Amino acid sequence: MTDVTDTQAGAAAAAGRFAVGAVLPAGGFPITRKDLVRYAGASGDFNDIHWNGRFAVEVGLPDVIAHGMYTMAVAGRVLTDWVGDPAAVEEYFVRFSKPVLVPDDGVGALLEVTGKVTKALDAGRVQVDLTVLSAGQKVLGKATAVVRLP
Amino acid sequence: MALDQSFVGRTYPPTPAYEVGREKIREFADAIGDANPVYRDPAAAKALGHPDVVAPPTFPIVISMPAADQVVYDPALGLDWARVVHGDQRFTHERPMRPGDRVVAVVTVDSIKSFAGNDMITLVTAMSTMEGELITTARALLVARAEAGSEEQA
Repeated sequence: MTDVTDTQAGAAAAAGRFAVGAVLPAGGFPITRKDLVRYAGASGDFNDIHWNGRFAVEVGLPDVIAHGMYTMAVAGRVLTDWVGDPAAVEEYFVRFSKPVLVPDDGVGALLEVTGKVTKALDAGRVQVDLTVLSAGQKVLGKATAVVRLP
Repeated sequence: MALDQSFVGRTYPPTPAYEVGREKIREFADAIGDANPVYRDPAAAKALGHPDVVAPPTFPIVISMPAADQVVYDPALGLDWARVVHGDQRFTHERPMRPGDRVVAVVTVDSIKSFAGNDMITLVTAMSTMEGELITTARALLVARAEAGSEEQA
């Protein structure tokens, strides 16, 4: 995190954890093939492109890619960890703009998630925008949530 | 191949009820690496005002994705399902899902568009209890990518 972001976070904390401009605690989430297999089992999405490297290459992908829904779920942890009660996330939207490549190299991928309160809405709710990167690329576009404040 | 616009507004029959299970919620929370006790421990959930543990915000995909298969594999629509990718996803929650919810999903085709040889179809899936209480609405954009060579690939 840069000094500029630290300064913003400090100012936001002073103004209130949920005020417009407040920065959410960032998250860094490693993703391995094993995580994708576990998510496939839990979600019921066994599409081969999420675990079978041979198949992924056959259909023109550089490698196995994470389930978009897995990426959405993991990024959402930054929201729920911040607000405390997951039920406060009333609306959650993402666009799957770039695939998250998960190589079978013993390391896998890293998902880097930051978030910021961008708008005060009615009924004690705020809009939060997330930025979700992997390998320096924005993998989710327009990732936004409507969160009811505690 | 452009899809038949007459499918816009079409609602598919309700799915058989899916009963949300305590261990399924735990399994899903484990799979997304989320240790929050509100997904596992009824006492922790009650401390936040919930009657029981709750499911994570994206859990309803477990129900909405199979429900969408009715449309994806509908031979009358003729979507090229082997070329379908997930374009975007929205959840609008009335409340979180909880163990014992018996959830029925109703899928409606919201829009059909075609761009650069890609077929884009937006599905809205209302997930309600068998008693008729709306829990969550999922909205998904599915994209059937253009055949290689038919149009310039995005």
